[in-house]
Amino acid sequence: MKIKSRSIWSWGLTSFLLFFIAINPAHAESKLSAGDTAWILTSTALVLFMTLPGLALFYGGLVRSRNVLSVLMHCFAIACLASVAWLVVVYSLAFSDGGGLNSYIGGLSKAFLTGVTTESLSGSIPETVFFMFQMTFAIITPALIVGAFPERIKFSAVLLFSMLWLVVVYAPACHWVWGGGWLSDLGVMDFAGGIVVHVTAGVSALVLAVVLGRRRGFPSDIRPPHNPGMTVAGACMLWVGWFGFNAGSALAADGNAGMAMVVTHISAAVASLTWAFIEWIKFGKPSVVGIVTGTIAGLASITPASGFVGPIGAVVIGVVAGVVCQWFATWIRTTCKIDDSLDVFAVHGVGGIIGTLLVAVFASESFGGLGLAEGATIGSQMLVQITGIVTVAILSGIATWIIAKIVLGFTGLRVSEEEEIDGLDISAHGERGYDLS
Amino acid sequence: MKMIVAVIQPHRQDDVRSALNSIGVHGMTVTEVQGYGRQGGHKEIYRGAEYDVHFVPKTKIEIVVSDKLETDAVEAIATASKTGKIGDGKIFVYDASRALRIRTGEEGEDAL
Ligand SMILES: Nc1ncnc2c1ncn2[C@@H]1O[C@H](COP(=O)(O)OP(=O)(O)OP(=O)(O)O)[C@@H](O)[C@H]1O
Ligand SMILES: [Mg+2]
Repeated sequence: MKIKSRSIWSWGLTSFLLFFIAINPAHAESKLSAGDTAWILTSTALVLFMTLPGLALFYGGLVRSRNVLSVLMHCFAIACLASVAWLVVVYSLAFSDGGGLNSYIGGLSKAFLTGVTTESLSGSIPETVFFMFQMTFAIITPALIVGAFPERIKFSAVLLFSMLWLVVVYAPACHWVWGGGWLSDLGVMDFAGGIVVHVTAGVSALVLAVVLGRRRGFPSDIRPPHNPGMTVAGACMLWVGWFGFNAGSALAADGNAGMAMVVTHISAAVASLTWAFIEWIKFGKPSVVGIVTGTIAGLASITPASGFVGPIGAVVIGVVAGVVCQWFATWIRTTCKIDDSLDVFAVHGVGGIIGTLLVAVFASESFGGLGLAEGATIGSQMLVQITGIVTVAILSGIATWIIAKIVLGFTGLRVSEEEEIDGLDISAHGERGYDLS
Repeated sequence: MKMIVAVIQPHRQDDVRSALNSIGVHGMTVTEVQGYGRQGGHKEIYRGAEYDVHFVPKTKIEIVVSDKLETDAVEAIATASKTGKIGDGKIFVYDASRALRIRTGEEGEDAL
């Protein structure tokens, strides 16, 4: 009897250790999985597709026709710039070991991918694949901020701001949550970037919109979206790409990825309908710009929760996203009078916060989730989540304000009034979006 | 000869064309235009924000007809374009001093 009970005990201990190793890829005796690698390669392509052309078209359709190319250009140039910055230093700052400072920032040991070979593994996938997958997140995050400043910003300011922002805001925030920093030690739950992507971009967008100032004529004399159809096409690409964003964040081709995909899709669908129904009741007509804005709100909101909650959580998060993000869009514009032109804070910032808070509730098994960490309760997890949101929001807000002032000093932020009236397509890029002859 | 310019609701364009055709008007020029009348445009709502759209899409029809067809043509356009709602449009009539049919060289009402 004694022997038997001891063997059960040791079996339990071993499986507990194995489980621990499995959820901590960094400590694992890693072995490449072809299935995982194939899925993350695919996800990488999907997430790049979210920015180019998904987000670019989504935003491009929402501005007036004389600024459509400038918005496409902003997204495209940021994608190129972020890729280079990622290779040079940002990946290393986010994901390498920072030694004594590791709680706050990574080191420089992987700058230019130093030491990374085709043999290097990150969990069960090649580190090159991990590098590329994470790069696509570093691309879309500053590109989201484009929605705060279209139709009036200088192109040089876009480049300088985005570059500094990646180093000063994205790298530390990413390191805190995903790179082994203090928030991950605290046990913060952010599956695919509610904090790292959406809170950083949303808060920074709001601050930058304030520093930059409103568009001429805001709010009464602003022209409506010039091409809602383009916005719909972009939103569709974002929706599909988000499967890579969220299900890819499982970093494995497994059941976790499958459930992440389920909840991502359900939240998007529910938030779309919610947004459209509210418009229908409030304004008498459900709009297509509205339904796809709801889609993005639902996707942003489920992002931090996607690997942790079940379908019930997804439905609730979708409804809350559709109601709350819509309310904030109006509030920021009409009450605060801030020209966050394409509602980056209301849709992404607020959405990211919603999901980051609600994951503490709906990850719990009693609400159909996949379970909170050992020893965590809904209440204790909620405190950790709030800590994550508040600290990252403060970092994003203050750093963005400082960067914006620096950019103001170097290149200036705004184009002249004349250039703004002519439109950035002609004045900044010398091109026209539409030849109407 | 008279030049009749009518600014109408775009969705009435086909009815106006067949009405004019049936009274013997054999040519017209149609342009998509933007304009406003007394209401000064309309409002559109995107993401809960109201946008003043000053210029509303309209269709401009230009026809040149013989003097004796003027009354019928104006009437035909007015009847075919009328919905009774705001924004139905306007009709303006000018004197046309000359017309030339390029291929044949015909002038005046023969050129129409
Ligand atoms: N005085 C005008 N001069 C030139 N074009 C005009 C004038 N008034 C109207 N139009 C053109 O006709 C279009 C339709 O005008 P509309 O029918 O709205 O006139 P209205 O005076 O506002 O009448 P309603 O009250 O029936 O709307 C306008 O969009 C504009 O293109
Ligand atoms: Mg009118």
